[in-house]
Amino acid sequence: MSLRVDSELCTACEACVEACPFGAIEVVDGVATPNEKCNLCGACVDVCPVEALSIEGKEAGPVADGYQGVWIFAEQRQGRLAPVAFELLGQGRVLAEKLDAPLAAVLFGSDVKDLAADLFTAGADQVYVADDPRLAGFTDDLYGGVLTQLIRQHRPEIVLSGATAMGRSFIPKVASALHTGLTADCTGLDVRDSDRLLLQTRPAFGGNIMATIICPAKRPQMATVRPRVMRRGPVEAGRSGELIEVSLSSFELVGRTRFVEFVEDLSEKVNLVEADVIVCGGRGLGEAKHFGLLRDLADLLGGSVGATRGAVDSGWISYAHQVGQTGKTVGPKLYIACGVSGAVQHLVGMQSSEVIVAVNKDPHAPIFDVADFGLVGDLFEIVPEMIGQLKAAKS
Amino acid sequence: MEILICIKQVPDTRDVKLDPETNTLKREGVDSIVNPFDLYAMEAALALRDAHGGQVTALTMGPPQAAEALRELVSYGVDEAALLSDRAFAGADTWATSYTLALGAKKLGGFDLIVCGKQAIDGDTAQVGPELAEQLGLPYAAFVRRIVSFDPESGRLTVERLMDDGYDVVEIELPALITVVKEIGEPRVPSLKGKMRAKKIDIPVLTAADIEADEDKIGLSGSPTRVLEVFAPQPRGQRVSIEGEPGEQVRELFEHLKKDKTLAAKVGAS
Amino acid sequence: MDYFLTEEQQMIQDLARQIAEEKVLPVRAELDEKEEFPRELLAHFAAADLCGLNIPEAYGGMGLGMFEQALATEQVARVCCGVAVSYASSGLGIFPLLLYGSEEQKQKYLPGVAQGKTLAAFALTESSAGSDASNIQTTAERDGDDYVLNGSKQWITNAGEADFYTVVAITDRTKGPRGATFFVVEKGDPGFSFGKREKKMGIRCSATGELIFNDCRIPADRVIAREGMGFIVAMRTFDVSRPGVGALGVGLAQGALEAAVDFARTRVQFGRAIINHQAVAHMLADMATSVEAGRALVYAVARYLDSGAKDISKVSAMAKLFTSDTAMKVTTDAVQIYGGHGYMREYPVEKMMRDAKILQIFEGTNQIQRNIIGQELNKESGRKKK
Repeated sequence: MSLRVDSELCTACEACVEACPFGAIEVVDGVATPNEKCNLCGACVDVCPVEALSIEGKEAGPVADGYQGVWIFAEQRQGRLAPVAFELLGQGRVLAEKLDAPLAAVLFGSDVKDLAADLFTAGADQVYVADDPRLAGFTDDLYGGVLTQLIRQHRPEIVLSGATAMGRSFIPKVASALHTGLTADCTGLDVRDSDRLLLQTRPAFGGNIMATIICPAKRPQMATVRPRVMRRGPVEAGRSGELIEVSLSSFELVGRTRFVEFVEDLSEKVNLVEADVIVCGGRGLGEAKHFGLLRDLADLLGGSVGATRGAVDSGWISYAHQVGQTGKTVGPKLYIACGVSGAVQHLVGMQSSEVIVAVNKDPHAPIFDVADFGLVGDLFEIVPEMIGQLKAAKS
Repeated sequence: MEILICIKQVPDTRDVKLDPETNTLKREGVDSIVNPFDLYAMEAALALRDAHGGQVTALTMGPPQAAEALRELVSYGVDEAALLSDRAFAGADTWATSYTLALGAKKLGGFDLIVCGKQAIDGDTAQVGPELAEQLGLPYAAFVRRIVSFDPESGRLTVERLMDDGYDVVEIELPALITVVKEIGEPRVPSLKGKMRAKKIDIPVLTAADIEADEDKIGLSGSPTRVLEVFAPQPRGQRVSIEGEPGEQVRELFEHLKKDKTLAAKVGAS
Repeated sequence: MDYFLTEEQQMIQDLARQIAEEKVLPVRAELDEKEEFPRELLAHFAAADLCGLNIPEAYGGMGLGMFEQALATEQVARVCCGVAVSYASSGLGIFPLLLYGSEEQKQKYLPGVAQGKTLAAFALTESSAGSDASNIQTTAERDGDDYVLNGSKQWITNAGEADFYTVVAITDRTKGPRGATFFVVEKGDPGFSFGKREKKMGIRCSATGELIFNDCRIPADRVIAREGMGFIVAMRTFDVSRPGVGALGVGLAQGALEAAVDFARTRVQFGRAIINHQAVAHMLADMATSVEAGRALVYAVARYLDSGAKDISKVSAMAKLFTSDTAMKVTTDAVQIYGGHGYMREYPVEKMMRDAKILQIFEGTNQIQRNIIGQELNKESGRKKK
């Protein structure tokens, strides 16, 4: 496939040059000319006023023969299913209906078979369980190896996982081994009716644009999905399905990684990626001790404390709390930003939040451009007010 | 310890702005920088080299100007560098990129450890590190926040891997690959002698032919995924400005929030 | 403006600026607040090969000159004058050795400083000898193969932090100006201790304190040059170090100027950014002009010095005088432009104003600088053929 330019039609108006997000087309000698950065996204084709641009060549036909089914990886840690597993089942069900295919969940761990019941009631038609002491602690070698071989055996059309630390760690290994495409951190998934192709939408360029990705020729189509964006499906009590027990004895396993132990972060009752409410502090806090104020507010709201890079770099709170491009990506129901200016790199990490409240004494702070509710004022007056009013309401 | 760091030169996405009228990215005046996470990878590699001896080599796949990023790393103390550059590599997704880097790593040869930054700030996928490990058949640990210990006798590296709810301690056998997060340690400063060395150092360019790449596996044609379309994100934010004294502001805010059932439960029914 | 730096000089300037912005900027307010000596930051400069710019290569330095040193100092001072003083004062401490030290002494002391492993300090000032340097009271008596020092030094930069000190003491009171001698005193020498650390108006992270010599016994090989050369060594040291002090002033003023411009562009009063009010624009214009003039003067004097010129006293004094007065005025004006904000410690300019004052006082007060210039003008005129 290639981008074709009809030099007779081209007027060198440069509409394509402006439209291209990748700087991949320029006017050379009076004709629009693509360079090696072109990835055939077609943004230029859409804007050309004289239709001088077209994408030619046949898309390699999907190798869909024999691939069927939507799989989701049901992550569990410490015997507890991650909330994202249910979001995946919700979205997975929508995709499975469109494709008229079964929805299966894949569960790994030790002594975790009982968790399958929750997966069935949440919509899984099948649950593949690999229950083995060797899978008690997460290692990329084993989880990746087992999933790869399961996929080779059963050939699902689509495989989804949460874009959690675990998912982002081992799913790429699986995609690489299967020589197939993987799209990271999707915020939107859909199936194209014409050819059953999975349309995978995700932010790019630090969140400045959205891109829709496809995997036309390779199978399965794989994606990791941003937690807290997709909707959970309905829970049908009593619903059951096919439990498929997977024994590790049939697999070739390579174990060059040893899981030693898990050290829990006890500073947060709920981890940031799963939190419903996050109270985030930025440079405007001024000192480490003021995070105590945000902690009080977060506790009253049953939430967690986040921080901007500026606050973490100032040494006021540990990196585990950092939200943003070089920290964690979160999508809580409520995000309260206190003393946060709203630099682009921070916004990238929290734009999926459902409701954003901003408190900042600078009315021109960029955070107010993305906030649903903006409170211009002194956070050292407003946050105590919030705490006071919450306490009063609860008593 | 022979260490390879795989890096990327990226546009400074902190400066990239969307033009609201044309819905395209304004790219003028945007600097090219070394991907910030890769500086942390470099520091981790240099620290290991300082402790255990050996050499650090930097490798990148990119256009000819990516050599500047490699030179910058040499000014910090990286010993050698190589550039994978060929028109055929362009347009690669993470699979094709990791395939290419793997061949480059094999060509340079003899590495005990490969260190990558967690992700590049333009692609944000965090996939190349693990995919590269798989291409090379290496064990790996992603999101490493601390190197706990290295035992030269057994060749085992013990690391702390950052998870969403804490961290895992895992032990991997070298040769291996790790991707690192910021907690691994602040990058050092470059040196004057390093800058002078960086200016003069020869950076070999490896083409597709040099690494005997299979043309079906590199660049745009070697990529299992491709971009179907790009579009501007939905502008978000109702941008309701709440004024008044702090007490009034908070009261009004809570009234708004209570319109949502879940949030109403959290702020307490009045 | 382009000062036509060589590639190497440009690298030095870029590197010093990068370290200043990445490592010094985030902590400058805290260091000032806590009056904490910036040892970790000095380690960064050392790792960057910036601690031995004007030390000859034979002793592990970069073999460059005062111009290169001034370039680096200016970039650090632009971010924090206190850190810049700590960084540059070690350089002052080794000048007596660079200019007059024996080969053995240079081999012994210079490499450590070049690698950033050791710090030096220069010790002349005493309670009764500020501008009147010849009135020092600290004595050094020959005793066999040693000298024994008695007395104390006041307000010594890097006191307590430096590993060795170049100290001037009276060896023969009867010989007047030819009766003083420079010595190297090391931390740990018997009878050498430190007094209290001073609490200052500005450059608070810089360690300033007292040196106490109580029958301090040092071997005779610690004499620099020879007995009686003390004041010549001191005067010559000041001549060559003054452009460096000039660089402190230029950098500090530049930092204040930039902050003032940025603030004036965002602060809106009477419906427009205050930089669009002529009163403010004119202040900024005057500030910028004197900063540039100061920079041009310091660079010219440093280059002249590096060329090996001997008649540098007058211009060296001018470089120090003009830039320190400029720094005081520019930082004060910067606070004024910030208005009420400028008075608040939350904003960086009040620290810059506090930091500036010392530049008019140490390394020879500006009154002494004017004396020097006046005397030189007198001599020059006298030498003119009629």
